[in-house]
Amino acid sequence: MSQDFRLDNIGMVNRNKKISFTFNGKKYFGYEGDTIASALIANGVHLVGRSFKYHRPRGFFGVGVDEPYAILQLERNNERDPNIRATEQEIFEGLEVKSVNCWPSVNFDIGAINNFLKMFFPAGFYYKTFMWPPSFWYKIYEPFIRMAAGFGEASIKHDKERYEHKYEYCDLLITGSGPSGLASAYAAAKNGARVILAEDKPRYGGSLLTSDVNVGNQTGAEWSEKIITELKSMSNVIVKNRSQVFGYYDHNMLVMSERISDHLPKTQKYLPKQRLWYIRAKEVLISSGSIERPLVFGNNDTPGVMLSSAAKEYIKVYGVLVGKKPLIFTNNDSGYETAIEFKKNGVNPLILDTRKEPSSDIITEAKNLGIEIKYSYVVVAAKGYKKVKSADIAKISDNKKDLSNIENIECDCICVSGFWTPSIHLASQSGNKSEFNEKIDAFIPKKSKQKENTIGSANGKFTLEETINEAFNKGYEVSNKITENNNKVSVPTVVEKKSTEHDKFWCVPLPKGKSYKRFLDFQNDVAVTDIELALREGFRSIEHVKRYTTLGMATDQGKTSNLNGLQLVSDIENKVVPQVGHTTFRPPYTPVSIGAIVGREVGKHSKPTRKSPMHEWHEKNNAVFVDAGVWLRPRYYKQGNETLFEASKREAKNVRKNVGVCDVTTLGKIDVKGPDAAEFLNRVYTNAWLKLPVGKARYGVMLREDGIVMDDGTTTRISENHYHMTTTTAQAANVLSHLEYYLQLVWPELNVNVVSTTEQWAGAAIAGPNSRALLMKLFPNTDVSNEALPFMGYKEADLFGIPAKIYRISFSGELAYEVNVESDYGNFMWEKIIEVGKEFQIQAYGTEALSTLRIEMGHVAGSELDGRTIPHDASLEGLVSKKKDFIGKRSLSRSAFTKPDREKIVGVVPLDKTTSIPEGSYIVKDPKAKLPNPKLGHVSASCWSVEYDNPFSLAIIKDGKNMIGQKLFAMSPLKNKTIPVEIVSSHYVDPEGKRVRA
Amino acid sequence: MLYIFCPHCGSRSQNEFAYGGDATVKRPELNKEISDQEWNNFVYLRKSPRGKHLELWHHISGCRQWIKVERDTSTHEIFKTYKADELTE
Repeated sequence: MSQDFRLDNIGMVNRNKKISFTFNGKKYFGYEGDTIASALIANGVHLVGRSFKYHRPRGFFGVGVDEPYAILQLERNNERDPNIRATEQEIFEGLEVKSVNCWPSVNFDIGAINNFLKMFFPAGFYYKTFMWPPSFWYKIYEPFIRMAAGFGEASIKHDKERYEHKYEYCDLLITGSGPSGLASAYAAAKNGARVILAEDKPRYGGSLLTSDVNVGNQTGAEWSEKIITELKSMSNVIVKNRSQVFGYYDHNMLVMSERISDHLPKTQKYLPKQRLWYIRAKEVLISSGSIERPLVFGNNDTPGVMLSSAAKEYIKVYGVLVGKKPLIFTNNDSGYETAIEFKKNGVNPLILDTRKEPSSDIITEAKNLGIEIKYSYVVVAAKGYKKVKSADIAKISDNKKDLSNIENIECDCICVSGFWTPSIHLASQSGNKSEFNEKIDAFIPKKSKQKENTIGSANGKFTLEETINEAFNKGYEVSNKITENNNKVSVPTVVEKKSTEHDKFWCVPLPKGKSYKRFLDFQNDVAVTDIELALREGFRSIEHVKRYTTLGMATDQGKTSNLNGLQLVSDIENKVVPQVGHTTFRPPYTPVSIGAIVGREVGKHSKPTRKSPMHEWHEKNNAVFVDAGVWLRPRYYKQGNETLFEASKREAKNVRKNVGVCDVTTLGKIDVKGPDAAEFLNRVYTNAWLKLPVGKARYGVMLREDGIVMDDGTTTRISENHYHMTTTTAQAANVLSHLEYYLQLVWPELNVNVVSTTEQWAGAAIAGPNSRALLMKLFPNTDVSNEALPFMGYKEADLFGIPAKIYRISFSGELAYEVNVESDYGNFMWEKIIEVGKEFQIQAYGTEALSTLRIEMGHVAGSELDGRTIPHDASLEGLVSKKKDFIGKRSLSRSAFTKPDREKIVGVVPLDKTTSIPEGSYIVKDPKAKLPNPKLGHVSASCWSVEYDNPFSLAIIKDGKNMIGQKLFAMSPLKNKTIPVEIVSSHYVDPEGKRVRA
Repeated sequence: MLYIFCPHCGSRSQNEFAYGGDATVKRPELNKEISDQEWNNFVYLRKSPRGKHLELWHHISGCRQWIKVERDTSTHEIFKTYKADELTE
């Protein structure tokens, strides 16, 4: 199969490896090293998509990141990858891509009717039209706009690809391997600096690959090959291709996205698709080069109109002709380089130069080659719908205002060059305020805010000699600062054709009576008239104009459109560009896939999973787990076909009747040690701690300084200066930080140390009337009688040869103990408890039964201590010492906290004794009251009381203590329920607390 | 992402630290009579200066020490870091 536009003797693709791929279902082939763009152009395909707003035909405009149009959807293995730039994506065997934003096909697109309705789609149309009637928005307008707009379609399936993150440190990060990047990397690496050189494209060398230049007596391509080979062999250098440094963040942190296997058919299972590098660099050299600027003329978005540098790169790198009758439209010498490449490869170009009498080495060369050149000529409009067929050209007057001699000439592509725009995005992201350089009509970086320097054409240096000299010097200078070495390498000689300055002309006036669309922003369909309209409507700030017209937005970020847009605004406003300023450049410079940002932290890997040492036992015994922070805890142990409700009821009942065991390993545990530990606890907790004897536990509540309850738990005095503190599972980390804060910053004079021991201890709560009998069998050598081990007592004991700690504390309200052993013995302890407990009808119980037990006892937990309650609200005021000061005490005397009708916890029982009250329900006096119905409070926790066999809830309501006995209503608008209820004491079961002391 | 010099560990990335607020706030002494206004100022009122600011950071995934960091709130420049008990300038 021949490719009509492929040249035989030029290019860097691998002619020995043919690759086939499909585009819109049709099979094409290219060579290894081709991009989708180069392979399609080689096959004569230029129509690849439809534009964003008007659905005008779209072709290729650039050759890399500069491409605003050719955005495709990639599909492989039933996975979709949207917004792929055809100019960047390399082809691989079996690649499938299709056009976006067109229906039913790219050749016949119904949406193109927008092009004929363009008077309805002016700038900001979405603020003006589709407004009335309002009810139409959701059902008609929005679905229609959503279907019509936007590019690719994201996959809704789980992305099975692998993405990785990498952290790297270096002396010097260099972004781009063009002449300045290579030279500075070489100089710095030779001077001993640890260098990372990042190149966005697959091939290193940047403009050296396409320019007709000579460096150190070699061609540009040869020299770059030599340098890169040497850099790769050096141990202090990391060289990465297909890697875009897209973001410059604080303190010289840059982020780079490496496309590892985007260009490969998936073969290796563990090879990541992309890798995100977080690079902390001591110094950064930004050598990101420059992007050619378009010239603005009628229908300048027609497929076949493209940047002249892109046309040149297609020839030199890919061996592909973008057309066989090229028209070169330029305001500077760059267009001549492209024309010469065409000519050398057997194609006759016509050059239209906006300048009147330019002269330079390269113009002379073009003339000598016999290339036809028309001076003071412009393209007025491109002709042809899906592809350029001809162009209206005209002579332009010296003042660039009037056109004459308009004629139509045949051509199949128009290569434009409006000079060069430095890519200052990274410098701008680093905080560098740019300045306008009149000579090149573009912004260049000004003063570094961070440790960065911009070099080469990104800094507005457009001659190779200047670039190479500057880069060698900077590479040495910067590395010398870091390594203090003095190894200077010699700078190679440079031969290039001298060029003259560019013409400041950038926009062709409309001929009389014509209303061609002249596009500024090719990706977002922003034309000259849109900007004019925005300014007429009063938008002045460039940031506002941007948002109103969408100029410079989306994935393109104004790479080709920015300066022409500014130029137009300043022309209309009669200002100069620097007065207009430019919009802020924000990361990412090019789109980054969400997968790469997320990395390996997907699904269960998004946070660590903590399991207790008894986890396997739970699994084997049909535990259904629930996430408790990062912990996995058994919610209930399923027997047969039991539901959650049935299982939790069975487990809770068994605790009340016999004995149950619950895994409480997840409770936060903190060792508090030191001679001042008692004093410290006395300041942290609301109650008194100075007189707690060794071998005793105490329940404590700690507040934040604003008086709100932070956490609760028991703390046990293990020995004179050693306390064992427990916290709730959820607050464990916060409590430790809180304690460290006070010890390190507020009371450093206290001689106390705290350390987390959560993971050191495995815990089992044994609860129920049979628990003591069970304990006696577990610890036959220890006296666990009520006298020897009373409520809130503590004992160290021997569990079949394993040292154990017994705390007589109770969350369930039953006679209960918590046994702790070192984590590694956790499973041993658990199995012993189950084994020995059999004769006492022991059952393991999960968090659901645990909740039921504590709710009907009126014990508060996270749902009551929710960051809004003070001790009084949770009926914990008895624990608030009046004698001593503690964290948050002063806040408790503020007026809102001392009001007599302050909220208080109560119990709630439905009058019918059968309807469960949804958690979060409001308690109201009158369910039929006018909205908003004044609420007295809310239901914080609900359960099925196993003691009384009816629903029971806890609620925190206004003036709670005086509401007991009242008949009110629980309303859940969410569940559409209104339930008549009676308010009772929150201590529904065993209000005197006899059982725990039994 | 900031690069913070921990006086105990050396320079570490921001994601090892937790922000701890204004380091110039001084907790009133225990057992001291104090007006509602003074207490309110301590609990709630914070300045949010543009420019140099002394703030607390907790090296939570490192040495677990609270440190003081003198940072410019608009440029993020870090001038100096101090141990918790070190006197600041």
